[in-house]
Amino acid sequence: MGITAEQVLFWMFAVPLIASAAGVIAARNPVYAAMSLVSAFFWLAGIYVLLTAHLLAFVQIIVYAGAIMVLFLFVVMLLSLTDAELGLEKITALKWVGITGTIGVLVLLVSAFVQSGPRAMKAVGEDFGTVRAVGRILFTQYLLPFEATSVLLLVAIVGAVVVAKEKI
Amino acid sequence: MVPVSNYLALAAFLFAIGFAGVLVKKNAIIVFMCIELMLNAANLTFLAFARQQGSMSGHAIAFFVIAVAAAEAAVGLAIVIAVYRSRGTVSVDEVETLRDS
Repeated sequence: MGITAEQVLFWMFAVPLIASAAGVIAARNPVYAAMSLVSAFFWLAGIYVLLTAHLLAFVQIIVYAGAIMVLFLFVVMLLSLTDAELGLEKITALKWVGITGTIGVLVLLVSAFVQSGPRAMKAVGEDFGTVRAVGRILFTQYLLPFEATSVLLLVAIVGAVVVAKEKI
Repeated sequence: MVPVSNYLALAAFLFAIGFAGVLVKKNAIIVFMCIELMLNAANLTFLAFARQQGSMSGHAIAFFVIAVAAAEAAVGLAIVIAVYRSRGTVSVDEVETLRDS
């Protein structure tokens, strides 16, 4: 069985994605963690393109790597924590329990996926995952959740202002 | 053709990294970033299954997950700022007023 371009691209996106995700938890300084996370979002957008989710790939870059990470960096710089305030990460006994639990979850999930076998993808049409097709499904089948999202965002804006303001 | 289980295993790794970060990291801002990683792993799973089934409902759900993540980041970071203002720290180990001591 030959190696297809899709497989090459998958590994080209997957390996840096895991590396940058690991960089998020390896970094001590939140700015480095945020930068690793931005890079992870870009690699993940590449994976989304491989899954023919073109709209979601662009939303991922614009909303996540753009808007949400700017918010994170803004807060990091607003607090401007010193090295003393950041402190050293202490690995306590409870954290070892957490790490063991994480490895358990990972082994369980991966073994379940491996046992399910290599299931092939269905062939999809040309407009799968495009703005037109996803827009149509959002404004017909998922109209109510879509409108509820706008209420959620309004609540989040008001809530963020109320919580972060010193005196109301 | 890359089988769907590869994408699902990738999502599992991403989720595990985020999960480990939430459990181990001390800085509340980095804990939030790890929650974003876990949400992204869920999104990847939705999109992988959407591609496998040839149905676009997963795309709509992933769209809503991104909107919820934006709302969560806004409110969560506001809480981090409020905690820093009242306690002078963002370490999740030191903010323990609600804990039984």
